[in-house]
Amino acid sequence: MGMTITEKIFAKSSGNKLVTPGESVWLNVDTLMTHDVCGPPTIGIWKEQFGENAKIWDKDKLVIFPDHYIFTANKHANRNIDILRQFAEEYQIDNYYDVGTERYKGVCHIALAEEGYNVPGTVLIGTDSHTCTSGAFGMFSTGVGNTDAAFILGTGKIWEKVPESIKFTFNGELPKYLTAKDLILAILGDITTDGGTYRALEFDGEGVFSLEMNERMTLTNMAIEAGGMNGIIAADKITEEYVNSKGVYEYDIFRSDEDAKYHSKYTYDVSKLEPLVAKPHSPDNKDTVKNVEGTSLTKAYIGSCTGGKLTDFKFAAQIIFGNKVKVPTFVVPASTQIAKELEIETFNGISLRQIFADAGCEIAQSSCAACLGGPDDTVGRSVDHDVVISTTNRNFPGRMGSKKSEVYLASPLSVVASAITGVITDPRNFIQ
Amino acid sequence: MEMIIKGKAFVLGDNIDTDQIIPAEHLVYSLKDEEESKKYGQFALSGVPINRAGLPEGGISYINGENYLSEFTIIVGGANFGCGSSREHAPFALNKAGTQAIIAESYARIFYRNSVDGGFLIPLESSNNLTKEVKTGDELEINLENYTLKNNSSSKEYKLQELGSVLPIVEAGGIFEYARKNDMI
Repeated sequence: MGMTITEKIFAKSSGNKLVTPGESVWLNVDTLMTHDVCGPPTIGIWKEQFGENAKIWDKDKLVIFPDHYIFTANKHANRNIDILRQFAEEYQIDNYYDVGTERYKGVCHIALAEEGYNVPGTVLIGTDSHTCTSGAFGMFSTGVGNTDAAFILGTGKIWEKVPESIKFTFNGELPKYLTAKDLILAILGDITTDGGTYRALEFDGEGVFSLEMNERMTLTNMAIEAGGMNGIIAADKITEEYVNSKGVYEYDIFRSDEDAKYHSKYTYDVSKLEPLVAKPHSPDNKDTVKNVEGTSLTKAYIGSCTGGKLTDFKFAAQIIFGNKVKVPTFVVPASTQIAKELEIETFNGISLRQIFADAGCEIAQSSCAACLGGPDDTVGRSVDHDVVISTTNRNFPGRMGSKKSEVYLASPLSVVASAITGVITDPRNFIQ
Repeated sequence: MEMIIKGKAFVLGDNIDTDQIIPAEHLVYSLKDEEESKKYGQFALSGVPINRAGLPEGGISYINGENYLSEFTIIVGGANFGCGSSREHAPFALNKAGTQAIIAESYARIFYRNSVDGGFLIPLESSNNLTKEVKTGDELEINLENYTLKNNSSSKEYKLQELGSVLPIVEAGGIFEYARKNDMI
């Protein structure tokens, strides 16, 4: 019987010829990633369990990106960065990207791609639920907690249940008013926030393979919002070109067999989809933008691992160009590299950064920022009864700060169309 | 592993995400420092909108004021308990507050793993949704010998799902203890 991509990676990593969904295996981890929120407690557990002479299983396979609470006066948050810095120094961690230096990157999931840690066919485990983002590169990637990460830090191993796979096929050509965010919101509405629990979400079809890597990452990024263990897209020419440009030439490309078994299959014609939102307070609370048009807003937000990539800002610039925002609008490039690209990339001869500045947006430094609320002084954090439209991934109660606030998740096109008018607005009013 | 877990129930609904269990702004405290880590107990479940905390009526706080210990030993939830972020601070916070077990219809993967591998809580699955059967404050008794739940306040009894493949890890008290027992580390 055939296997899916995820099953093939599980087989390779666990040293088996064949694996079957439901069985538990020990995976050999190729890369372990952590950040400032979960890194310090992971290190604490590792030291406690393996003793003061604890050894890292392979320090070249450990990557640390401080990214969550960076630009804050919160002394406890800053203490976490100090712990990471000391650890990196003591154990000579080359893959540490310190705050306040040229090496600082910003949001880990994007930095993993930019710095060449995403390698097709490998296993990447991170102490962050959105680690599934890296699955866009035809690899297995998933999030874990501190204890599992500490175990990997000492042993290089993790137990996992082989997941069943769900296949999502997108046929047709994406219209100009849609982005990958609309596709994943469509899926979430259909399978709900636990429809993918303990499962692999595999994305397929010309609607996916015509997308560039940034957009593919938006799809895999939100696999966790359906409860998915991982999201995955087979590596192709576009993937190879991307990883080659990062100096990665050794990798395994797996494709699902024709006779691979799936838990279920869904097919979409992307030309027939409409711009979508997830209404408060759940990423699966799907509706069309059209149906909620006119909803008054107090804030708009473009940022995060989901919606703060260069492609997201390119989409946004097309609509915001020459307009002014009516509500405070925050532009938070996910990484420092994207922040630089905003100055280089142009639309109608003007840099994207200038376009956002001219429109009246507040451009913030790269970090996770208000996507997850964060300390009180976090830029863009929701307060009181804010009504926010955002390119981020979660709109749980209080996720962006205030428990009383309401968050609508949408594509960068829908977010800027709404920012300009001050009420939720269909991007087709600006772009056909 | 204690085979009987007894105590008061705190009832929540479906899709209790980890931001509700411990809001992100609190993820800065030390989990190792005995005194400082009590903050996690103090702010446990502080992200749940108050009308949805302590069902069926709601409006019940899991923690009173500055206290870090809760009077509720068992949490009863609906589907997809612990969804969202991977923060292990979530099961840690509930453990710090004195909760020992959760009974939910289903769990999100990472929260389930963290509860078991960290040895913080026993995540039990009910055969059907018990959030309408149990009221906050009911006196519950979990028997892990035969996987039953007795509601001593209503005198009703329910069947729980067996822990299955994670039982050895739960029995050992966490993934490190399990690995040591099996000479893996």
